[in-house]
Amino acid sequence: MADLLKRSLAPLTEEAWQEVDSTAATILKAQLTARTLVDFSGPHGWQYAAVNLGRLDIPKGGSDENVPWGVRSVLPLVEVRVPVVLPQLELDNASRGCADIDLSPLEEAAKRAAHFEDAAVYAGFGPGGIQGIVQEAAHKPVKLPDNPELYPKAVAQGLKELRLAGVPGPYSLVLGIDEYAGLVQAGKGGFPPARIVRDMLGGDILATQVLQGGVLLSIAGGDFELTVGQDLAIGYASHDRNQVELFLTESFTFRVLRPEAAVELSA
Amino acid sequence: MALAYHEPPAELSAEARDIHRALSSTIEELEAVAWYHQRAEVCADEGLRAILLHNRDEEIEHAAMGLEWLRRRIPKFDEELRTYLFTSGPIHALEEEATGGSQGESEPNPAGSAGMGIGKFTK
Repeated sequence: MADLLKRSLAPLTEEAWQEVDSTAATILKAQLTARTLVDFSGPHGWQYAAVNLGRLDIPKGGSDENVPWGVRSVLPLVEVRVPVVLPQLELDNASRGCADIDLSPLEEAAKRAAHFEDAAVYAGFGPGGIQGIVQEAAHKPVKLPDNPELYPKAVAQGLKELRLAGVPGPYSLVLGIDEYAGLVQAGKGGFPPARIVRDMLGGDILATQVLQGGVLLSIAGGDFELTVGQDLAIGYASHDRNQVELFLTESFTFRVLRPEAAVELSA
Repeated sequence: MALAYHEPPAELSAEARDIHRALSSTIEELEAVAWYHQRAEVCADEGLRAILLHNRDEEIEHAAMGLEWLRRRIPKFDEELRTYLFTSGPIHALEEEATGGSQGESEPNPAGSAGMGIGKFTK
């Protein structure tokens, strides 16, 4: 088993590792949204490097006349490594029974890692060849009204597009954090618009900090795939007398298998 | 008989219900493996015995498919199957090898590939 995390070399007590892992996991689960909605393939381990796309790229203009050839298409995994520097003394306090250890640099790193994954899924990540859901969505974007009380109408229009394309539900709605806040606060004593939207979806309404506007997508399965090699983990980089440098890492890629299964709700 | 729900199904997520279906199905397939294996063991007719062994092997295939589906959904299945499957030597010693020491002294989540076990989850 590949040991790129090198955790056994870190000057962390068992209690400190538990605190580090549980703190990071709490933040990650609070921030990650995309992997709760799309198909999840993995974790396949460090050595998993690319997804087989099952196609052959034939060179334009033809290849060798005598020996025609093509190159197999693959989607490489992106490896993320977010550094985290923590005070040695504060980490040791975990073993002293400290109940409010300050791991704020770790919390920030977990947010950045989660936002990176979500942004890659929704908006794509060019250097990794990832086309995001919003980029790939096959339908004309539906404009979100300025007034969140009118969001149900926009969602209904998006759902109509999905149903006309033969995309089955249930569906979920991911909104930018401002749009989400607007929707959950909307309503003047009548039936809350957020409840109307939720009833239409069959799935959830989620908030993300990486999108403006939103995206409506089917969560029936088979339409979007997140492939994970090494799932989110914390490894050890180095230390001195006062500080320990850890890193938060994962390797992943994402692909849209059915562009018809999503509609962008533009801000 | 299908594996009964332990909690009210309506309180479970769609993913939890799918996992229940996969676990139930895999249990049923393994149960069928046991039936066919025993029937084949005592069957005196060679022709029928061959059919029973064929059927047993079909059930093994189905059980393996169910297990693989579970491995892809539940990171702990993935971690444990990677530790114990396709190995040689004493199986009981593999846990120590995987954790780098005897039980109780191992670090939480040592330098393996399982990470924090985030995987797929529901909000």
